[in-house]
This record gives sequence, structure tokens and C-alpha cells, in this order.
Amino acid sequence: MIRTPLRPLARILRARQSGENPDSIEQENVRVRAEAAAARTRAQSERRLFVMGVAFFCAFSVIGARMGLLAASEAAEPQARSTANAILAGRADIVDRHGRVLATNLQTHSLYAQPQNMVDPEGVVDELLKIFPDLERERLIKDFTGKRKFLWIKKKLSPEQMQAVHDIGDPGLLFGPREMRLYPNGKLAAHILGGASFGREGVHAAEVIGVAGVEKAFDADLRDPARNGAPLELSLDLTVQSTMREILYGGMTIMNAKGAAAVMMDVHTGELIGMVSLPDFDPNDRPRPLTEGDQSDSPIFNRAVQGVYELGSTFKIFTVAQALELGLLNPETSINTKSPMAWGRFKIRDFSNYGPELSVTDVIVKSSNVGTARIAQQIGGKRQREFLGELGFLEPTSVEMIEAPTGRPLLPPKWSEISTMTISYGHGLSSSPLHLAVGYASLLNGGTRVTPTLLKQTGPQNGPRIVSERTSAQAREMLRAVVTRGTASFGDVEGYAVGGKTGTADKPKPRGGYYKDKVISTFASVFPAHDPKYVLILTLDEPEERSGQKPRRTAGWTAVPVAAEMIRRTAPLMGLRPAVEPGAKAELVKAKH
Amino acid sequence: MTEMVYGTAPVSHGEPILPRWWRTIDKWSMSCILLLFGIGLLLGLAASPPLAARNGLDPFHYVQRQMFFGGTAMIVMVFASMMRPSLVRRLAVLGFVVTFVALALLPILGTDFGKGAVRWYSLGFASIQPSEFLKPGFVVLAAWLMASSADAAGPPGKSLSFALTLVIVGFLAMQPDFGQSLLVLFGWGVMYFVAGAPITLLVCIAGLVVVGGFVAYSGSEHFARRIDGFLSPDVDPTTQLGYATNAIREGGFLGVGVGEGQVKWSLPDAHTDFIIAVAAEEYGLIMVLVIIALYATIVVRSLMRLMRERDPFIRLAGTGLACMFGTQAMINMGVAVRLLPAKGMTLPFVSYGGSSLVAGGIAVGMLLAFTRTRPQGEMSDIFRGRGRG
Repeated sequence: MIRTPLRPLARILRARQSGENPDSIEQENVRVRAEAAAARTRAQSERRLFVMGVAFFCAFSVIGARMGLLAASEAAEPQARSTANAILAGRADIVDRHGRVLATNLQTHSLYAQPQNMVDPEGVVDELLKIFPDLERERLIKDFTGKRKFLWIKKKLSPEQMQAVHDIGDPGLLFGPREMRLYPNGKLAAHILGGASFGREGVHAAEVIGVAGVEKAFDADLRDPARNGAPLELSLDLTVQSTMREILYGGMTIMNAKGAAAVMMDVHTGELIGMVSLPDFDPNDRPRPLTEGDQSDSPIFNRAVQGVYELGSTFKIFTVAQALELGLLNPETSINTKSPMAWGRFKIRDFSNYGPELSVTDVIVKSSNVGTARIAQQIGGKRQREFLGELGFLEPTSVEMIEAPTGRPLLPPKWSEISTMTISYGHGLSSSPLHLAVGYASLLNGGTRVTPTLLKQTGPQNGPRIVSERTSAQAREMLRAVVTRGTASFGDVEGYAVGGKTGTADKPKPRGGYYKDKVISTFASVFPAHDPKYVLILTLDEPEERSGQKPRRTAGWTAVPVAAEMIRRTAPLMGLRPAVEPGAKAELVKAKH
Repeated sequence: MTEMVYGTAPVSHGEPILPRWWRTIDKWSMSCILLLFGIGLLLGLAASPPLAARNGLDPFHYVQRQMFFGGTAMIVMVFASMMRPSLVRRLAVLGFVVTFVALALLPILGTDFGKGAVRWYSLGFASIQPSEFLKPGFVVLAAWLMASSADAAGPPGKSLSFALTLVIVGFLAMQPDFGQSLLVLFGWGVMYFVAGAPITLLVCIAGLVVVGGFVAYSGSEHFARRIDGFLSPDVDPTTQLGYATNAIREGGFLGVGVGEGQVKWSLPDAHTDFIIAVAAEEYGLIMVLVIIALYATIVVRSLMRLMRERDPFIRLAGTGLACMFGTQAMINMGVAVRLLPAKGMTLPFVSYGGSSLVAGGIAVGMLLAFTRTRPQGEMSDIFRGRGRG
């Protein structure tokens, strides 16, 4: 860089020579330099000011454009910020096998209060009490005049109630939309459906969650938005369910039973066409669990799935079928039925003495405990246990209900020989009516295992084989004989060839031993016996038939007539035509009457 | 003869004041300012009755006050614009000293009106926000320092003005008032930029601002909340911002109609920080664009006039005033359209607020005084670059 001196020597010398003040030269140079610098700065400032002007213009344009974009967009209704997991309404419907609605949703409103906005809290409480007499006056007044800013008053309102509240006209009373679960059939299929209640609640929506039954078992499925509202199709038939409930209720009343259960199952598909447990409840207003006493007496207790009972003689057919399958005997083999039969310090006796020996068929027909026990002795405990295990009696059922795992069978602590003998005629092993239905269906449908299901199926289940077709047919013949000439003679329904086995089991006392006058009477039936379609299990808890001199409690007098009426009414509903049984045997039997 | 009979006509030296003022003033900018003030009154009629109703006052109480303060501001503006630049400088520096002392005493004597920041002096009938008055004085003083640094044997004005800026920012941040501190920093930066800042230094300063913002974000909850609100993708419609955005949408292009707007009932700051939302809702995009155009005209026109200015002090002071004015408007509107994080800043001349109005009048009056047409050595401009001397 070439530095220009402020006092250039040549000029200074010249000035000195001419007698001028050389300082003025320096001042002049300083001035010139400053001017030049100012001019440079000015040019630079000019450019930079221009840049600033452009920048400001652009910034204002951006704001204007953004305003224009905003103004052109649609105004949104103010809504709460959507959280990551917003409350999703829209639970899928539940329908029966023919698409009839079992559970659906209803738009309704909840009522809540914002006491700080209330004009006249006391007046509001009085008005509210007129509409909802169940509210507590003192408590409401306390809530409305206290520090609370928000409280729910009612979760669901009817339109009339809503209008009445609206007419109070207080700004502190507000409505929130609610989707509530509605069971239009009331108590029908109450135990299967279970019920629903509100999960997370917001002012604008509430989550409907299942609390029991299939509602809970399929809760995530029903709430899945990907379902797109497709209903859940159950295997139930609403009309059959309704008829079964009506008849069971009537039967329970006539037979003075305290509870009853019935299971109707398709033997090939494992579909539950109907399943009733009484007493029942209205899932629209599901009762709370009992706080004291036996939970199995509560109406929400599902006797068909959760209730495990010693189902008595209905088990005999399993023993006999297994012996047949093992080739230990044939239906005509004679069995020693001398009663009582002593085994160690135990004595096994029959209801009445059936003579020294009976054929295997007659052991079933007359329901001989002694005969069955002797057959079981031949089979042995290990094989019996395996066989019952294959039929599903050692595990809870896998039906799609949240309560299913609680229906765990009660097994003897040690599967001793005496246990083997008592289990052969249905004592010492408790299982649910649904277990029995599965066992009967698997044994009698030709011998393949079915799994119970509440979902509509498209075809038969092809489960593992349990017994041969032949054994299955022989078992059905024996069961048919029970109805035509045995303990279940009230069970004959003309045209439907009912076969079945009665079971009357003394109820165990809670502290051990058995009641003398309390029984569980069961009728396990299959129809038509020659071409099995359905299995019906009907259980009455503590029935007493009092038309005679002595109260009669055996299944033949209690459960069987109710089951027969049920089959008579429901078989046509399920599309079964009454048919004449094949073979002359039926004619022969008829002639005997 | 005539003089003998009728007495001597007063001799005036130079041009009379008013004609010269009228001839040299930037009439466009002044008209824009008057229009903005008019729009402010119009919007005040819409936006302030809810506030008056809340405070149990006559519906147009705030409009009357706005008119009073606005009238004062206009008079101040006109007087300021009539002054010579040197007089402006003198008064502004004196004013700066007074307001600086006032600002420094705020933590002791000020009040926060329950808003969480000590920014005001309560005088009973009105309140004063010293920081509003401080800004024009500060700009003039800083410009003076910077300009004098270019003089031979002048003081190191750039460093001195920067030190001054830091002190003021410190006081403002104590209140806390990060918006005003940023504005002051920005004003200084703009002046420094125009005064010939090295580009590298400007980049460094920008970096420092970012770091400072980060420190403020992590250090002050007040500040962090606002930034968080801005960064979250959804605007919560129950916040001021949500209401403002919705109001702009409701307004559309032509507005919902005079007095029909709803946002003023929901927004506590409808008459100040979010007045643009009220304008957008009731008068539509057209009114908003007019307002933006007015601000843009004032700022861009002033800057263009200052480009021709020969005096470095006038150039710098004018730049600082114009940019602060424009930036304040920009920040206010940018917040309403969510281009910027929420920051309480008034819209100059339009928002309600005595301090803001009068201080704005002073600042704009000074700006007009600086942008007046004066001889700029046009002849030397013509010869510039032709190797004079």
C-alpha cells in the first residue's frame, strides 16, 4: 500500500521557500482525505440503505401475503388441541347370526355443571331434584356453592330430561355429547354381551369400554377405527336365545329352582346358538358385584360359563363311550350292578336296586352308578383322565368371553381309584354346563373335538378325533334309549328324536359332605339323535317338583320336561323339520307305550 | 416613502418557517402517519368497548383517551418535524438522559400493573412507559456518536454507542421486556450497518443474538413459554394467538362487517397487541393490506430519502428511527399471523396506549425532521467519481 503523506516534502519545502505556513498544507490534505472518506462512506451507506429498503419491502410483503393466505383459508371452529390419543368414539355394533342388533350406540348427552357460572345455585338444585329425584340435595348445594369449578351431574340423559334441564335455563348447567352403549333387547343375552361403561371422559366425548362378556373380550377390536363400523357377528340366534330364556325362566319358576342355565350348541361348528343364565340382569344398567355373600348368587354370575357344578350322571356316557372306544365291551355286555358296591370304606349305591346285572345300554338307560363305576375300574384313572382332558374337562373353556377363564373345573386333588369311580358318574369333578356341552358335542357329532365359540362360523370345525364314528353312533343310540325308555322319558319330542342323559347331583356343602335335599339337576341332550345337529344342556339349581306327595328333585322330573319344551319350541326356529325316525325300532318303542 | 408612512415591513432572514416546512417535509409519509392514526381511532371504536365494559367505563372511554393522546402526539410530531436537525439532536439527547434515568429507577419506583413485568410509572390518571420514550432519544444519541466517530479526531463513537446499547438492553431485560431490548439492539445494529460495519462483524453479532436468545429461553420461563407456544405445530385455539388466527380467517377478504367482530370479546389485548386481528376480522384483508402498505410506504420512503442525505448523523438517526418504527409494526403483525413468536409489542399509532402514541409521535416527528428536503450538494454528486480534487 502506498501511503500518501499528509505533509508532502516537496510542497512543504516550496511553501517554506515562499514563506507560507506549511501547516495549512497539512490541514488541506486532512480535509481532502476526510471528504473522500465521507464520500466513500456515503456511497456505501447509499447502497446499504437501498438494501434495507428492499428488505423492509420484502418483509412487509411476506406479512401481507401471509395475511392473505390466512384470510383465504377456512375459519375453524375453536376446538381443544387434539392430544396424541384423542378419545375415539364409534364402537362397533354387535349383531346376532342373522344381523339383528344386540348392542349399538346411541347419541345422548351428559350433564355437567360449572358452579362459578351459576346464577342461582339453590334454585338450580331444587329444579334438578324435580327431574332427578335420586340426586342428593345437601351434597349438590355443597358442590355448587363450594370451590369446585366443574362436576358431572349425570352421565346419560334422556331427551326429555335434557329438555327439562335446558328449561331450567341456568348458564352453569352444560351438556356434553355422549355416545352410550345401548342393548335394545334388554336382558336377552345379558351375560354374553356383558356391558359397557365410560372409560376416559372429556366434556366433548367419552370412551365407551367393555366391562364384561364379549364387550370386554373384543374391546380393542370393537374400538378399532380400522373396523370402519363393521359389526361384530355373534353365533347367537336372537329368537332362539329369546325362546330359551322364556322357557328357562318359566321352568325355573315352576320347578322352584333358584337358578338355571341352558346352553344350545351346534355340534359341528361349536357355535353357541343360545346361552342363558338365570337370574340375569339388564346390561344397560349392569348391577355391581355383590359385596357380601356368594358371588355365584349374583345376577351377573354366568352359571353356564362360570358356574362349575358336579353334573352327575350326565358323565356316565363318557365312561361308557371310552370303554366302547377301547374295545373293553360292547353295548350288550353284561355288567355287575349289585348295589351297594363296597370299595374300601366307601359304598356306591344306585337310586334303586336294578338287579344283579344290566347290559351296558341299560346301565346308561337306568343310570346305574355301580355299573358305571365298574366300567371305570376297567378303564383306569389314567386313561379316564386323558379322555376327559381331550374333551376339555380339565381346562377352562376357551369361549370368547372375559369370564371364561374363571370357569375352571374343580378336579380331585389326587386322581385315585375311588375318584375314578365317582367321576365316572359325575361326582368329584365339577365343570360348567358349557364344558358339558362341548363334551357332548365332541362325543356325539361323529367324534371330533369342537371348540365353543360365540363368533359366527362359516363351516364345521374339523377338530382332532376323539372317538370313532361307530362309538359316537352307539353313544347316541344309548342316549336315545334313555329318552325312549329310561330316566328321561319326559324328554321325548315328537319328530326330533331327542337323545340325552339326565344327571341329578347332590349339592356339596361348603364345609364338606353333601346336602340331602339340594340337587343340581341336569339334562344333557342331543337332537336329532340319528343325525345330530344340536346339543342342549339344561341345568336347574335346587329344583323341587312339588305336584306329588313328596317333592321330586330328580332330573327326569325337573330338568327334562323343561328341556323338552325348549327343544319343541326352538328346533323349528333353527330350521329343523320334524321327521319320522328311521328304522322300525322307533315304531316298536311306540307300540310299547 | 411608503415605509415612512406605513412603517417598515419586518425583515425576514431566509424563508419563513411554515412555507419552508411545507415545502421540504415528506408529505407522503406524513399523510400515511395521519391515516394510520385515523385507522387507529376507527379500530379503537371497535376494539376498546369490550375493555371499557370490563372496567365499567363509558364504552368509548378508551377512544376518547386515544384521541387525546393522539392529538398530543400529532402536535408533538408537527413541532418536532419543524425543528432543525441540530435542535432535534440537542433535545433528543437531553430527553434521552431524562428517560434513561427514569428507566434506571424503574425497579425502585415502577409498577407492573399485575402483568409480571415492571415497565410503567403510574401517575394516577395515566401511566408512562419510559422505554417507549427512550427509544428515539437513544437512536439520536447513538447516531450522533457514530457520526462523530467519522470526524477527524472524533470519539470512538461506535464502541461507545455499543456500550450504551448493552446497558440499555440490560435494564430492559431486567424488567423483563425482551421485545424492547431486541428492538433497541436491532436499531443499533441497523445504524451500525449503515454507518459501514464490516460484514464479518455483522455476522458475529447475529450469532451473539442467537446465543443470547437461547440463554433467555433457558433462563426465563416467561420467554420460554412464548417460544414453545410458537414452535408447537398446532395453535391452541384458546390462546390469544389461536383467537387472533381465527379472527383473521373469519374476516376473509372483506371482513364480517363493522362492529360484528367477535375476537375483541375474547382477547384481553385486542386493543393493543392484537389490534390487527380486530382489523382483519371486521374490515377484512383489504384493511390489513392498507395498514401494511402505509407502514411500508413510511419506512421505504424514508429510507429512500435518507439515501440522498449527505450528513452522516442525519442519515444514521433517520435510519434508526425509520427501522425501529417499521420493525415494531412488523413484529406486531408478524405475531398475529404466526410468523414470529408471541411478543407483546404495540402497533405504532394504531394500538391503544398513551406512552406508545406520544413517543411514536416524537419519533416520527424526528424522522420527518430528518427526512426533510435540504440541499445535498447535488452538483457535487453529479461530478462525483470524476476525479474532483
